[in-house]
Amino acid sequence: MKQRLVGALCAMAVAGGAFAQTPKKPAAKPAPQSPPAAEAKDAATLEFEKFRAEMEDSNPAELFEMKGEEQWKTKRGPKNVALAESCDLGQGVGKVEGAYVRMPRYFADADAVMDAERRIVWCMVEKQGFKFDDIAKKPFANANFTPDITNLVTYVAGHSRNMKVAVPLKDPKVHEAYEIGKEIAAYRAGPYDFSCNTCHGSDGKRIRMQNLPNLSTAKGAMSGVQGWPGYRMTGGVMLTHQWRMGDCFRQQRFPQPKYASDAIAYLLTYMIGNANGQVYKGPGIKR
Amino acid sequence: MIKNIFFAAAMGTLLLTALPAAADGDYRAKAIAVIKKDFQPHGQASLDRLAEDGLQAVCNRTGNKPPEYMVKQLEADQLADVKYPADGKLMGDWKSGEKLAQSGRGFTWSDDPGLPVGGNCYNCHQISPKETSFGTIGPTLYQFLKLRGTQPDIQKYVYSKIYNAKAYNTCSDMPRFGHIGALKEKQIKDLVALLLDPESPVNK
Ligand code: HEC
Ligand code: HEC
Repeated sequence: MKQRLVGALCAMAVAGGAFAQTPKKPAAKPAPQSPPAAEAKDAATLEFEKFRAEMEDSNPAELFEMKGEEQWKTKRGPKNVALAESCDLGQGVGKVEGAYVRMPRYFADADAVMDAERRIVWCMVEKQGFKFDDIAKKPFANANFTPDITNLVTYVAGHSRNMKVAVPLKDPKVHEAYEIGKEIAAYRAGPYDFSCNTCHGSDGKRIRMQNLPNLSTAKGAMSGVQGWPGYRMTGGVMLTHQWRMGDCFRQQRFPQPKYASDAIAYLLTYMIGNANGQVYKGPGIKR
Repeated sequence: MIKNIFFAAAMGTLLLTALPAAADGDYRAKAIAVIKKDFQPHGQASLDRLAEDGLQAVCNRTGNKPPEYMVKQLEADQLADVKYPADGKLMGDWKSGEKLAQSGRGFTWSDDPGLPVGGNCYNCHQISPKETSFGTIGPTLYQFLKLRGTQPDIQKYVYSKIYNAKAYNTCSDMPRFGHIGALKEKQIKDLVALLLDPESPVNK
């Protein structure tokens, strides 16, 4: 099994240029949609755990990190500038070490609170000259396509591996973002009267067999942060935290949040802020 | 029906103005402004879904715990909104009810609005013992007849609970399936049968 995984991963690495193409999941076993019996689900859970264990030294996220690193360091865009020489993620221009776990934070140059993905997009637009609308048109990966921003976020997140989450909540702008995010999480509307808190407001709840982390606690919030950006076994795509927020708003029966918007940055400030002090293990694998 | 909704909404607004200004009102107002500017319509999920109706506004304003006098008024409004079947029959076919309870389809931006919506019941409830993949946001409904069957007018209660869960619990996490037009009369009857028919696997 291990051999096969390594083989598959090498093949993907060699495919290099074909990276716009999302690599198919290495262990080609489709996760069952919603198996009828608990035993089946338990088997699926076990298999997933096994898969994750085997992936420990060869996490598929690392391939996206590699691609992101190359993109970070290469001169790109209409202005032909590298992010490594122009983009400040809060730790100094070009510095990625520990940046992911210290965002969202307030950036004076943009006069906005920004999560990692939003900040990188801002740099791509302001420093490299890419058009925001072009990026926002297809911001998330699908079966045939992984946007650059996904690789870049994964690269940056990889450089916060095993570091403690430390959103600077004492900064008044970040504090305000946190409080607004908390209100957004509690805001019930739409045909089903749902808010984030309907599904993520108390401990030990599930939708079908999917566990719902309680985002108001440090531990629960951390399980909403852990593993993102994440390589999703179902579908075999690399997805970011911004994607997860959007998909939950979909389940909430809300309209779609705008990409890299205040609303998402504030929600993430609330959620990641609640996880302060917990250790982030880096980009991971999601079911 | 339309009049009822308007009435309920108007009541909600009236009650709302009677509420003391919340300490977190400032952040809430800012949150609403952010929500208004930062969403775009997608598929059937149009922007009007972002607006609170009267009941949602009260629940949002009070952390889902409105004061007692408001609870009475709001629950009475919601109950008045329930439309019972003209033929007086509240129980349908549990087999159709089970199928409906299984389906989680409906109202998301990726759902085809032309297709019928499901009940979403198993997302939140344990119901038939055969279905072990069930959610836990709501209480178990397994053995419902045994648990709740002795209560008078139990069929009427279950029918109206599914029609409008807020008639009994103002800020319930459970959607108002009849009120919003998600489930039709026959479908609600089938779900009542799923929970109350002695032949339903729920009660075996
Ligand atoms: C109708 C139910 C529902 C609503 C409303 C909802 N979610 Fe979720 N959420 C889910 C489900 C189901 C999952 C998937 C859990 C899994 O994959 O095991 C999930 C997963 C998540 C995760 C990832 C957890 C993990 O283990 O990686 C985060 C973070 C999250 N939701 C945040 C939110 C936020 C913020 C909101 C409000 C914008 C929200 N959710 C609204 C049902 C919901
Ligand atoms: C998003 C979660 C959710 C969904 C979906 C949901 N419910 Fe509920 N339900 C609840 C919660 C929470 C309660 C308990 C609080 C209350 O009574 O309002 C409840 C309570 C009930 C009760 C009252 C139980 C009692 O002992 O009085 C019934 C009956 C019920 N649900 C049936 C259904 C049916 C049938 C469906 C599908 C059409 C459904 N529910 C869908 C969350 C949900």
